Amino acid sequence: MFNFGFGSKKIKESLTRTRNSVFGQITTLFGGNEITEELWDDLEALLIQADVGVETTLELLETVRGRVSSEGITKPLDAQRVLKEEMLKLLEGYAPSVIDKQRILTVVLVVGVNGSGKTTTIAKLSKFYRQQGKSVVLAAADTFRAAAIDQLKIWGERAGASVIAHQPNADPGAVVFDAIKSGLARKADIVIIDTAGRLHTKFNLMRELEKLRGIARKQVHAAPHETLLVLDATTGQNAVSQAKHFKDTVEITGVVLTKLDGTAKGGVVFAIGKTLGVPVRFVGVGEGIDDLMPFDAQAFVDGLFDE
Amino acid sequence: MFENLQDKLQGVFDQLNRRGRLSEADVDKALREVRLALLEADVNFKVVKSLVGRVRERAVGVEVSKTITPGQQVIKIVHEELLATLGDAAPLNMGGGSPRVVMLVGLQGSGKTTTAAKLALHLRKSKHTPLLVAADTRRPAAIEQLKVLGRQLDIPVYTEDASVPPPKICANAVKAAKSGANSVVILDTAGRLQIDEELMDELSQIKANTHPQEILLVADAMTGQEAVRVAQGFHDRVDLTGLILTKIDGDARGGAAISIREVTGVPIKFLGTGEKVSELEVFHPDRLASRILGMGDVLTLIERAEEMLDEEVAERGAKKLLEGNFNLEDFLEQLHQVKRMGPLGKVMDMIPGMGEITKSISQEDMENSLKRTQAIISSMTTYERRNPKVLNGSRRRRIAKGSGTTVQDVNQLIAQFRQMQKMMKRLKNPRFQKNLMSMFGGGGFKGF
Ligand SMILES: Nc1nc2c(ncn2[C@@H]2O[C@H](COP(=O)(O)OP(=O)(O)OP(=O)(O)O)[C@@H](O)[C@H]2O)c(=O)[nH]1
Ligand SMILES: [Mg+2]
Repeated sequence: MFNFGFGSKKIKESLTRTRNSVFGQITTLFGGNEITEELWDDLEALLIQADVGVETTLELLETVRGRVSSEGITKPLDAQRVLKEEMLKLLEGYAPSVIDKQRILTVVLVVGVNGSGKTTTIAKLSKFYRQQGKSVVLAAADTFRAAAIDQLKIWGERAGASVIAHQPNADPGAVVFDAIKSGLARKADIVIIDTAGRLHTKFNLMRELEKLRGIARKQVHAAPHETLLVLDATTGQNAVSQAKHFKDTVEITGVVLTKLDGTAKGGVVFAIGKTLGVPVRFVGVGEGIDDLMPFDAQAFVDGLFDE
Repeated sequence: MFENLQDKLQGVFDQLNRRGRLSEADVDKALREVRLALLEADVNFKVVKSLVGRVRERAVGVEVSKTITPGQQVIKIVHEELLATLGDAAPLNMGGGSPRVVMLVGLQGSGKTTTAAKLALHLRKSKHTPLLVAADTRRPAAIEQLKVLGRQLDIPVYTEDASVPPPKICANAVKAAKSGANSVVILDTAGRLQIDEELMDELSQIKANTHPQEILLVADAMTGQEAVRVAQGFHDRVDLTGLILTKIDGDARGGAAISIREVTGVPIKFLGTGEKVSELEVFHPDRLASRILGMGDVLTLIERAEEMLDEEVAERGAKKLLEGNFNLEDFLEQLHQVKRMGPLGKVMDMIPGMGEITKSISQEDMENSLKRTQAIISSMTTYERRNPKVLNGSRRRRIAKGSGTTVQDVNQLIAQFRQMQKMMKRLKNPRFQKNLMSMFGGGGFKGF
């Protein structure tokens, strides 16, 4: 099912784990002959425990129940199909990522709360694009957290991407400026900006991100072309608030869902899709540089239901 | 969403009798809202179930007293149950001989390294001589990160080459602490998934090698339903002794704390409240309970106020309030103070009952309304400010004209001021002060 070229065994394993824990049970639920009240209750429990969130869960179930009754559906398996369709609707229908479009220089801004996996994701993305023969420049714009620059430098080396860095506590704007300048000068394909983790409620820190965006935009037309919010799959409903704030400030264009190799389901992406219309672009499935895969909504939802 | 449980429950109970006993049907209706609020706050589904069950048992048949509404009665029980689940704050166990060992464990990115530095600083303040140990050899530059933090704080950091197995590093560090006269050793271990057998074995080995007094789970306040599984996983392997909840300075409701407490029973020791090494706080169960219920964070607000406000001005205001002669002049002075506390929206969010308001009013509207209030009061004479009672129709018209507002605006302000005075009178009531819950009633905080 997943043939993204690398890390696929691990990816499969991790998704299997996800399936078997919570969503795996859904299939068993749908295995009966009749659609009962109990089935709906169990379904509600399962979705909520997957961090789908109360509101989204109730809405999903209401829609599915409505369709089940109006379409005269009597078999649990058909109800499952409808549920899948409705869940898929919340994740699908987006234009493909614009990172792959031809342009002078593609700029990707990576943002998120502290510890969500930004730097590691950037390492993975670098490797991903390096393997496609693209040249990648990394901007070490997290000048705040202790040793964040060293961390990115190590990853840059492993991924074969050059890292533009200043001193700790230097102005992140200046780092972004230099990195893009360097990217243009050496005719690189992609510049990826690593930013310091910040809670979305911190007004000044969010303003700083806005500034970084402005700096990128002045140098390259329509930059940053993609602004990725890195989201820890272990996060609960607060992820919606994160996505909302980051969208308001820097117009995030996509989400990277990390740490899916754990037991967390990342169900909150349904709410994000529903309320903000932001697509998931990649998922992180481990700490290694190959543990990344492009998000495939169909595969994701199918994977949740498969035995 | 479920910003304000109090209002929701009020809505439920408005249709019901305000007196008598809580019937099963009343309670079930109310508990539906409670359940939703708790789930929305990320309390684990199963934990919510058992909690709501406990509340139900206690609430059915309870006599509703005249002084509080049925909604408040239910919230009170919920609040009490949450408090019981959260337990009391517990200090670090620093008993036994030197060096004591504190081991930090948790998922990737939960905040262990920063917390290690914070704990070291905290312990040094109480005359300990901490040694930080860089036992995360996996994440690139993790060792360097701890070194930098140690340098900033002037606290020693024990490191070895990243090729040395962490259990060995930790054992060596404890030896070094003995000879170096460090009274406490803080182990910063690598983040790991609780299902990673190999890495969980490593933790067991570290534990066996160092016999920690404290094994603290460092968990992100934003954690969702997984909190239960994560906490259980770590607890099963290393027997946790406590919990530190990080990143509580955001807007996460922090329901994970309830989940983790319920499955492990270990006390919550600290909260991480910011990125700075000084931002580690003692845990207050009542604040967290209110926050989880989405009822604002009055105490944090008060604390913030204490930090930001001009003490003298605040005290003058408080004194006048208590004496019962707080007037519009003082009101204006206090408004200036409020403005210093930062973006109004954030301040409002912390006030119970304000959640809904902040949703419906934009930040700009709020700032404007504050400006309008200031303009109105500024257009009053000193006499009027000190004696709001004299504000009759013609005076109000004049003030409206002078401030570029309408008479309705002026009327509204005066009405709000009266309400505030009324509320302040209640504040003086010792029973009110004893019972935090009353703070959530009456909607007295609405408007200024
Ligand atoms: N298991 C697992 N761990 C991950 C994944 N992605 C990142 N991590 C780990 O999460 C931790 C934090 O990752 P970082 O990349 O440093 O996170 P960050 O967002 O850059 O952190 P700050 O810059 O400090 O805000 C590290 O230990 C990573 O190895 C993932 O997909 N799975
Ligand atoms: Mg980083």
